[in-house]
Amino acid sequence: MMLVTLRRRFFGDGLNTALTLLVLAALALCLPPLLNWAVINARFAPDAAACETLDHAGACWGVVAEKARFILLGRYPADQAWRPFLAAGLITGSWLAAAFGWLRGGKLASALFLAPLLALPLLGGGLAGLSDVPTELWGGLPLTLLLTSAGMAGALPLGIAVAYGRRSALPILRGLLTGYVELARGIPLVAALFVASFLLPLFFPDGVAVDMLWRVLIAIVLFAAAYLSEIVRGGLQAFPAGQLDAALALGFNRWQTQRWIVLPQVLRDVAPSLANSAIALFKDTSLVTIVSLYELTGSLGLALAGDPQWRPFYLEAWLFIAAIYWLGCALLAKVSQRLG
Amino acid sequence: MSRLKAALAALALVSTPALAGKTLDAIKAKGQIACGVSTGVIGFSAADSQGQWKGLDVDVCKALAAAVLGDANKVRWVPLNSQQRFTALQSGEVDILSRNTTWSLTRDAALGLHFTAVTYYDGQGFLVARKSKVTSAKQLKNAEICVQSGTTTEKNLSDYFRTQGIKVKPVVFEKFEPSIKAFFSGRCQAYTTDASALAFIRTKEAPNPDDYVVLPEIISKEPLGPAVRRGDDEWFAVVKWTINALIEAEELGITQAKVDSLKASPDPAVQRFLGVGEDLGKSLGLDREWAARAVKAVGNYGEIFNRNVGADSPLKLPRGLNAQWNKGGILYAPPLR
Repeated sequence: MMLVTLRRRFFGDGLNTALTLLVLAALALCLPPLLNWAVINARFAPDAAACETLDHAGACWGVVAEKARFILLGRYPADQAWRPFLAAGLITGSWLAAAFGWLRGGKLASALFLAPLLALPLLGGGLAGLSDVPTELWGGLPLTLLLTSAGMAGALPLGIAVAYGRRSALPILRGLLTGYVELARGIPLVAALFVASFLLPLFFPDGVAVDMLWRVLIAIVLFAAAYLSEIVRGGLQAFPAGQLDAALALGFNRWQTQRWIVLPQVLRDVAPSLANSAIALFKDTSLVTIVSLYELTGSLGLALAGDPQWRPFYLEAWLFIAAIYWLGCALLAKVSQRLG
Repeated sequence: MSRLKAALAALALVSTPALAGKTLDAIKAKGQIACGVSTGVIGFSAADSQGQWKGLDVDVCKALAAAVLGDANKVRWVPLNSQQRFTALQSGEVDILSRNTTWSLTRDAALGLHFTAVTYYDGQGFLVARKSKVTSAKQLKNAEICVQSGTTTEKNLSDYFRTQGIKVKPVVFEKFEPSIKAFFSGRCQAYTTDASALAFIRTKEAPNPDDYVVLPEIISKEPLGPAVRRGDDEWFAVVKWTINALIEAEELGITQAKVDSLKASPDPAVQRFLGVGEDLGKSLGLDREWAARAVKAVGNYGEIFNRNVGADSPLKLPRGLNAQWNKGGILYAPPLR
């Protein structure tokens, strides 16, 4: 039965047969050299001398083992490594809970907001006997996850507020918010990060120093909120007016109508677009390396660029973090499916 | 835009004098030197797998920490990319920029910083594929040349070929790694960067080193050295003379291993250096053993060179211009007296 279906699918008519053969030929050409490089000739032990004798005929996965801590955690103090791991685990856990439906509704929302909030003191310390770790030492995967989840958690409420504000009857408020959204969407994120890191400190009064991480996080929140507000506004516009009349007839006031009837439906409707933005933000966080925050791609650079033994195996290390990014994006895509 | 620039300039003027003369005091109060380094340049500044910083530029900061604070480990390392390095120094985020940065007039005069001394004399060269049969940079007519952006390298490249009357097409990359990958995959006919890096790129990163040659032309002067903020002469002098002391130590034969035993030396120059007789540190705002501690922490200039970029390192660079003035190089520390 299976065979029959397979045969019909792949060799049903002339065109299908030709395509199938073409794909098989392409695989036959590409797979063996790839397998040779990635598995058969590859070295898995962190032994630079052995890798060098390979002369790039095979992958040197040892570079991942040798540099894993540096790539994943950046310059975070080694003896405190459990803290960034736990922080990354908390945030990943909240995403998993959303993706696989372990939590729903209000509980899920709290988990998504609480995870980055808990990660902050966990990484920074100063509480419950944890030693202080300045934000400049944060890095790698926890930083990537933190910027994404804290960025989204900050941007979503702001985005919803802006979306409502733009539908307000007050022309000044509407004009200001339209101006903000157009400005934030009109500049690249890189420019926003540069402003946050280099220009803002010049405008602060003497002696007031806001940490780089906070400045960057605020820039990310303001930037992402502009996009999210447009998504939410689209959802609000598409909301059927009949339900509003029905709510009014049932005695709901304006606040109750929005809280219990409009928002739950609108947010569910726009969830795929929100997840889309989260995926985009997850990858955009790599831009913060230009302002000396060493997230995943940045810590990879720090780990390898100046190491004479391991720098030749950059490609393998890049593939390693590419896999991490892919997993993260796949997880967020799953969240979008589940919520939508 | 010009109004914004004026406002920024005014702010910069207002904020700079506030820092004058205070860097050294602030460092002593904090018990730490904030040292701006690279995000990874082999031999100059790089973090190893354990996160320990190593390299020639790194040793300069360690020597300073030993001289000023008595402990070479009292350094806060701030990795900076090439676009960011000057802003970080101007804004006070770092006390010293020790990040293989070329000393030039505009950088010294216009960016609000002061270069202190040269720690490595470099020059820009070219790497080409052997099969291209190119043996001189003058044969690179219409060639595409891979180069990294935001560096003096990029400007030297266009200057050199303009004076030669040769047209080339620079292919600019933001980061080092993509730029050499592009070259080795055939995107460009030539690759250009400082000669100190070319030799290593050829031997370690080329698919087959024998397929590539470094051209004989050195097209620029690249004196690399640390810079400090303008307007703080005290700290400027400390950095300048600590580097001079490392160079002088090699000339006097004071090594890391012999610092303590040489205190009994009858040579007055050695005695002065080690703080046995005269107190040279006082006029710098330091104590009498500052230079001895610097050498004890990282060795003299020759030892620093050999360990990080010279014979004992993977780079294996010859001393060349970076030898002492009496050994065929141009290192010449003014007398410590």
